[in-house]
Amino acid sequence: MNYFELFNIKVAFELDLASLAQTYQKLQRLTHPDKFASGSEQQKLLAVQKNAQINDAYSLLKAPLSRAEYLLALRGMDLQHEQHTIKDTAFLMQQMQWREQLAEVQEQADPLHELELLEDEISQHIKHDLIQLEALLAIETEEADQQAANFIRKLKFLYKMCKEIDLKQDTLSDF
Amino acid sequence: MALLQISEPGQSAAPHQRKLAVGIDLGTTNSLVATQRSGETCTLPDAAGQHLLPSVVRYLDDQIVVGETAKLQASHDPVNTIVSVKRFLGRSLADIQGVYANLPYQFSDSASPMMEVVSGVVNPVQVSAEILLSLKARAEQTLGDELSGVVVTVPAYFDDGQRQSTKDAVELAGLKLLRLLNEPTAAAIAYGLDSGQEGLIAVYDLGGGTFDISILRLSKGVFEVLATGGDSALGGDDFDALLVEHIREETALTGPLSKSLHRTLLDKAKIAKENLSHESVSSVEFTDDQGHQQAVMISINRFEALIQPLMKNTLRACRRALKDAGLEKQQIAEVVMVGGSTRTPYVCQQVGEFFETSPLTSIDPDRVVAMGAAIQADILVGNKPDTDILLLDVLPLSLGIETMGGLTEKVIHRNTTIPIAKAQEFTTFKDGQPAMMVHVVQGERELVADCRSLAKFSLQGIPPMAAGAAHIRVTFQVDADGLLNVSAMEKSTGVKAQIQVKPSYGLADSEIALMLQASMQYAEQDMQARMLKEQQVEASRVLENLQAALSIDGHTLLGEAEKHTIEQALGHLKLLAAGDDKEAIKAAISKVDEASQDFAQKRMDSSIRQAFSGQSVDRI
Repeated sequence: MNYFELFNIKVAFELDLASLAQTYQKLQRLTHPDKFASGSEQQKLLAVQKNAQINDAYSLLKAPLSRAEYLLALRGMDLQHEQHTIKDTAFLMQQMQWREQLAEVQEQADPLHELELLEDEISQHIKHDLIQLEALLAIETEEADQQAANFIRKLKFLYKMCKEIDLKQDTLSDF
Repeated sequence: MALLQISEPGQSAAPHQRKLAVGIDLGTTNSLVATQRSGETCTLPDAAGQHLLPSVVRYLDDQIVVGETAKLQASHDPVNTIVSVKRFLGRSLADIQGVYANLPYQFSDSASPMMEVVSGVVNPVQVSAEILLSLKARAEQTLGDELSGVVVTVPAYFDDGQRQSTKDAVELAGLKLLRLLNEPTAAAIAYGLDSGQEGLIAVYDLGGGTFDISILRLSKGVFEVLATGGDSALGGDDFDALLVEHIREETALTGPLSKSLHRTLLDKAKIAKENLSHESVSSVEFTDDQGHQQAVMISINRFEALIQPLMKNTLRACRRALKDAGLEKQQIAEVVMVGGSTRTPYVCQQVGEFFETSPLTSIDPDRVVAMGAAIQADILVGNKPDTDILLLDVLPLSLGIETMGGLTEKVIHRNTTIPIAKAQEFTTFKDGQPAMMVHVVQGERELVADCRSLAKFSLQGIPPMAAGAAHIRVTFQVDADGLLNVSAMEKSTGVKAQIQVKPSYGLADSEIALMLQASMQYAEQDMQARMLKEQQVEASRVLENLQAALSIDGHTLLGEAEKHTIEQALGHLKLLAAGDDKEAIKAAISKVDEASQDFAQKRMDSSIRQAFSGQSVDRI
């Protein structure tokens, strides 16, 4: 049973987050170890295992990037363990420019504001890429999947960049 | 432990026979026990009417004194009076002395904190167990029977070592642990049930020695922790220590103080801190080691300036937790205040300003955690089979293992909902490498040296292979208590290693067993009787549950042959369960487990299928 099946939804990138959350609560009520507190050791162990699987599935399905990656894995394309270098020069140049901006942000008059601007810009890119990704994954051809994989690789960079902005914000803000 | 209730399997016992369960808040400064009685949650007082039991244990030649009496002697007998032992649980001696200089105890020469007291050497687990035993006695006296189980609270930010040590202390006190519950979650239950509210809440918990912040979502009885953060070595005791430092500066008390003067100053600083909650100035008077009278006036402004940096640290943790939860502070509907240190008005004011809302303080901040734990204990022990309440907790600190160059590879990230299991593959880096050391660490930092070391174990017997050819799969499993199990396996050969992660500075299982045996209450005979009873209880659980399961689902999910095998194993267990051979009962339970493994799995899957098809889901 794959994670989509576990949550009783169709194997597709598009999903309804609110109903996913509802299903999650339903599954939690059926499998959480606390519901088996007066059960036998075997029941408790089984509950822990099943519940761990449900937790893993939920966190994977609710985040678009991991959901897309998982979907491609189901279609036989393993991105998690690949050694792949991005050859898109424009994308790489853009990355370098952002990184420079991030490195020099301290020297700006209002570094926190600069960080917000940078964050907004990257968020726009993420939003844009996710829309493309959704369309590509819906086509279900080898070629579209290859293109989708490229978007996933790029999105990983973008999310990482956001994390670094977060860290920078932490070090710059008073608290 | 309650007497075993044996009923004819299949016909369950009197359905609503209440079992006694309590919630225990094992605090740094004070501990409490609470229970649910006729629908009300209440903390239980001692004979003198006191609800708070000071977490102080004094060792005398021939007896152990816990609580207020011990606390009163702390400054006269500092070496034998262990105060705030919770700070030492699951910690190395070097850690403890790094954080708390000037501790008045005689530590033995060992890596883990062993304290030399007049009656011998004690470790933090044993000291904590004494506090639990005192509360257990109080509860059993008040409620008039043995306890079936307890829920014990821990700071959400406790790491695996600290949790494991707490669990060990519960076992050592002879109590049945239903669950380790995070303190903020417990507080949320206590508040959530009273107001029946929905939405996002923040729990700000500043106790004597620990600080926690948790962000929760409440929805239809489900308490989902979204993020948690904090500092397991920051609390009201630090306010006291800062005041002592200030007093020393003002009176030019340089150089080492006698242990008893240091204790006296801490006690007086605590009183001054409490006075400053409702007065603008407080004075501290004492006699120094040279016999001189000293007096210092402390103003509220001075005090607030002293603790301001600590407050800032707590608010920084709040900000981080909000970010981890992906929320803005304006989205938080309520802020719950927990812990005695939130009585300091400056703390409440700062937190209120940060979250832009006035914090909830309607339940006594000292008792709210124990009360929430009592509610959960009542549910887990089975007194409320129809409850909707469900707690979803998270892992407070990332778990990882050491890789080349002293770096940490994270396997499970912090704020992941538990229980959870994750596997990661690693490989050898030398040709023919026969073994691999697995070093499990917990923390957020990249360097292993900056994280907490949880355990080291080795996977032996890897057959000769080229570097990089072996595939070693390391699986981390965290249960609902936040406790970790790790196993490692080489994939091509199936060579395995498994450990229950025991804190590097805690106790091994064998040590606990020895201590249990050594303690007066568990003479050899008692131990045997207790173990037999445990097996019998488990046997009756297995019998009852499986009989019920067979009558509901046996005909739909099982073939005749399969059903027959299970029934045979059950019959065998039923025969043995009435006897007194604990090993035979244990073996018979294993047989039943083996025979019914598939059936149990099928039932779980079928309950999930039914939930989706909209049929009745209330039978599990």
